[in-house]
Amino acid sequence: MPDDILIDIKGLKTYFFLDEGTVKAVDGVDFTVKRSKTLGLVGESGCGKSVTAFSILQLVSPPGKIVEGQVLLHRRASQNGSLSQATEIIDIAALDAGSRRVRDIRGKEISMIFQEPMASLSMMHKVGDQIVEGILLHTDMTKEQARARAIEMLGLVGIPQPELRVDDYAFNLSGGMRQRVMIAMALSCNPSLLIADEPTTALDVTTQAQILELMLSLQQEFGMAIMMITHDLGVIAEICDEVVVMYLGEVVERADVDSLFHDPKHPYTQALLKSIPRLGFSRQGRLDPIEGFVPDPYNRPAGCPFHPRCTQMIPGKCDSDHPDLIILPDGRAVRCVLYEKEG
Amino acid sequence: MTTDAPATLTPQTANPKFEETVSSVSVASQWQLMWWKFRRHKLAMAGGVVTIIIYLIALFTEFLSPWPGHVTISANHTYAPPQPLHLFLQTPEGTRFLPHVNGYKIEIDREALRRSFVVDEEAVVEVGFFVESWDYELLGLFPTNIHLIGPKNPAEPMYLLGADKQGRDLFSRLISGTRVSMSIGLVGVAVSFVLGILLGGISGFYGGTIDNIIQRVIEFIRSIPTIPLWMGLAAALPQTWSSLQIYFAITIILALRAWTGLARVVRGRFLSLRTEDFVLAARLDGSSELRTIWKHMVPSFFSHIIASLTLAVPGIILAETALSFLGLGLRPPVISWGVLLQEAQNIRTVATAPWLLIPGLAVVVAVLAMNFLGDGLRDAADPYNR
Amino acid sequence: MNNDNNALLEVKGLKKHFPINRGFFQREVGRVKAVDEVSFFVKSGETLGLVGESGCGKTTTGRCIVRAYEPTAGQINYVNHRGQQVDLARLDNRELKPYRRELRMIFQDPHSSLNPRMTVLDIVGDPLKVNKIASGKELEDRVATLLRRVGLRPEFMRRYPHAFSGGQRQRIGVARALALDPRLVVADEAVSALDVSVQAQILNLLKDLQAEFNLTYIFIAHDLSVVEYIADRVAVMYVGKLVELAETEELFNNPKHPYTEALLSAVPKPDPRLRSQRIILEGDVPDPANPPSGCYFHPRCRYAKDRCVTETPELRDIGGGHTVSCHYAEELSLRGISALVQTS
Repeated sequence: MPDDILIDIKGLKTYFFLDEGTVKAVDGVDFTVKRSKTLGLVGESGCGKSVTAFSILQLVSPPGKIVEGQVLLHRRASQNGSLSQATEIIDIAALDAGSRRVRDIRGKEISMIFQEPMASLSMMHKVGDQIVEGILLHTDMTKEQARARAIEMLGLVGIPQPELRVDDYAFNLSGGMRQRVMIAMALSCNPSLLIADEPTTALDVTTQAQILELMLSLQQEFGMAIMMITHDLGVIAEICDEVVVMYLGEVVERADVDSLFHDPKHPYTQALLKSIPRLGFSRQGRLDPIEGFVPDPYNRPAGCPFHPRCTQMIPGKCDSDHPDLIILPDGRAVRCVLYEKEG
Repeated sequence: MTTDAPATLTPQTANPKFEETVSSVSVASQWQLMWWKFRRHKLAMAGGVVTIIIYLIALFTEFLSPWPGHVTISANHTYAPPQPLHLFLQTPEGTRFLPHVNGYKIEIDREALRRSFVVDEEAVVEVGFFVESWDYELLGLFPTNIHLIGPKNPAEPMYLLGADKQGRDLFSRLISGTRVSMSIGLVGVAVSFVLGILLGGISGFYGGTIDNIIQRVIEFIRSIPTIPLWMGLAAALPQTWSSLQIYFAITIILALRAWTGLARVVRGRFLSLRTEDFVLAARLDGSSELRTIWKHMVPSFFSHIIASLTLAVPGIILAETALSFLGLGLRPPVISWGVLLQEAQNIRTVATAPWLLIPGLAVVVAVLAMNFLGDGLRDAADPYNR
Repeated sequence: MNNDNNALLEVKGLKKHFPINRGFFQREVGRVKAVDEVSFFVKSGETLGLVGESGCGKTTTGRCIVRAYEPTAGQINYVNHRGQQVDLARLDNRELKPYRRELRMIFQDPHSSLNPRMTVLDIVGDPLKVNKIASGKELEDRVATLLRRVGLRPEFMRRYPHAFSGGQRQRIGVARALALDPRLVVADEAVSALDVSVQAQILNLLKDLQAEFNLTYIFIAHDLSVVEYIADRVAVMYVGKLVELAETEELFNNPKHPYTEALLSAVPKPDPRLRSQRIILEGDVPDPANPPSGCYFHPRCRYAKDRCVTETPELRDIGGGHTVSCHYAEELSLRGISALVQTS
């Protein structure tokens, strides 16, 4: 339903113009994020998932540049707490990166949390002050109101004694705590989309479980959409509703989470699922690795980007023709010539 | 950067579709990578070129000087102004290619009761290239008497940059001074190199109390104001020492402080390298401490050392210039830029013979060039972008 | 050491404490008990997995075993190729040298474990040079053989590490570890820094090499699914202590320590149909410089009783080689992953 769409990305291309050559980090990406749902963006190094996230928020700095495409934000005005029908569609990619309109969206409509909380939390300021700063930027609250809201947020993310922790500095807190503070900061202005870029990769597995649980419960409470960027298929399976698989800057498969794991269509997805050890099944037989390695971004293979490593490659076709993204009848999408007939 | 052909042997790679493009980057040693990175830094390249030129001048001073630097060409021509070199002569017949300078005529200022030289447009002193003049040994080995430039008639004075108060040619003295000023930098840096690597290495490698002690000593040395320190040490040098002895004494004095900067760099590098896995791997191979340092750690920071050394040289040049300018460093008959500047110390001289300040310009050019070069080297020193 | 178990290595009461120094004179104000009395043995030819989260001491244990660190206390009893038992913890540098050939290490970070300024030939050949095993042409041949064994083309030996991908660099690291024909290899998070699809390549390589050369592995990791695949027995560590050790299948299906249960439950499974009720632990991993009293896990344990606050549990054998350090191991019935196997 078109009403459900929050972010619609069409043909996004973000290139990095370096001395050594041009890196096509994102090369024609299409997908949508639905309101209040969780989208997983999964891929290995060099696939462009982080750059996609940065492009959505116009955070790509030179020598990188969005060269083509649209990032359409379906913004709904809300009056008196109820959502009106009027939807304003803004193309973030068309806005100037430093403009007021973009800064209005960043932190307010769309927030982001990162893998390394220490990289985004300042050591020199109290954590409470950092949250308050964001609130003051985007709302009309007074300083006292903002501080109260900050304490409320810290409590919501599960930090014990928030009224005391609000005056702590980041280095006083553990990794899990810092990540919670980041989440509190990101949600303080009630965004409609939270982009999480590998938020749990640097955490211990028990802490990761806590944070994922927290994100899901906050989603229940606030109703925001989540875009979860990760390379960990387990995390995807645990919390996502829909999944987009990326490889070398392109979308190779799009599906709902159950279909992706139980009926993967793209050879890369299939190979990926076969190559990861699964708890409970590992003792049965060998892992099936994907041979070869992710190509050098300056030397992209001709034709299909995955063909050099594909066990189902068709010589003469896959190595010369670049496959289109085929939309299947059930709404799924696959970029592979094997499905040409079905689309 | 990786090559696009996989190095792993798999059924896929047996496919002839995989062409081996051996990228030259993959076999590039650290020095090649450094060179490529350095090349992109235009200012540093320019600095490098200028530095090389200056050192070439230092090597070939006698060839480039029209006159021996310590000799009075003409006692009558004290404080003679510079005679710019002209390549073409305007004659009634037209313009002729005839390198020359204009001679002098004496002007008497009756009001100030001063006698001064003024360039006489009429007088033409022909100048030749590769002329025969005074004897010397090229590079200390080949006796010859060819010089790059000089008056065709050696009896005529030619002061391209003017004369000093004893009628000596500033141009020649400037060129002669290049050798001393630039070499003192190298010698000083060599001394501080040894001290810096040794003490910095011990400090960084062993850590703990030794590191503590050495660092405090370094800080103490650095906290002493330099000019008074050098002045004190220089004043303590016996007057009876020969120029050469004084030269080396001065370099040691200057190196006594310069080593501290290098020691810190070396220590920092050791500290960061100590935690690298590949150093641990070398130790686990059974490599002795000394071998680990020499084979595994030193190559990692050698480029940084070169950069630091290059940046240390201008400091020493400036220091020597300052000391000699104050009369406490090298003294005549040794010629260095500082010594030359010493003669330009009073206002009257500067007012009447401002060309005597040109050695200062030479110092500026040399120091700037080496600073740019050193900056470029330091940026290129770690070509791995990590 | 009673060697009924055909053990190659036995760690007994191993301790490694790091002093915390403060002030101008670097006085010791406390100690980080990174490894706090750990005991286990490794059978010849098996793979022992060592798992735990940050601060548990698994990496420190591994480094003590290869004597990258000097243990604060305890024994590291190793059976050398002549069948003699030797306590590695007591040897000095000179005596250790021959053992450095038999116990080798593979490192985690493919970027910092290879010297960027040395060629692959230098890197893999250096152990051979140091131990005066080969030089010149013979060295090159040996290195070529090693590279081929780990699946790399020997022509690439003149290249520098920056020319290789992460997975290839790990292979170089494996080749370096094998260069001296070791008997025991400690793999310290050897696949953790690699892309998911490449991890499987390296894991398979390690398995093949183990079969070919009869190697014994101590595989340190935080990823339980990886450990389940490669290890024969698994030891779980928490804040410097060993809390449970058992054969892999037994540990994963029938955990006896609440921490192991929580750990297994927390691992996200790559199957959306297995979104089971997970055990979410409260609180954070404790600071090893200031661990809780009694059983270190008690503040986060849902089964904790009074005894757990005051008394530190002993590591005891509850049958079949399954050892656990929990006061209530026999009484608790904890969930393993067997529940998951049934739903598939």
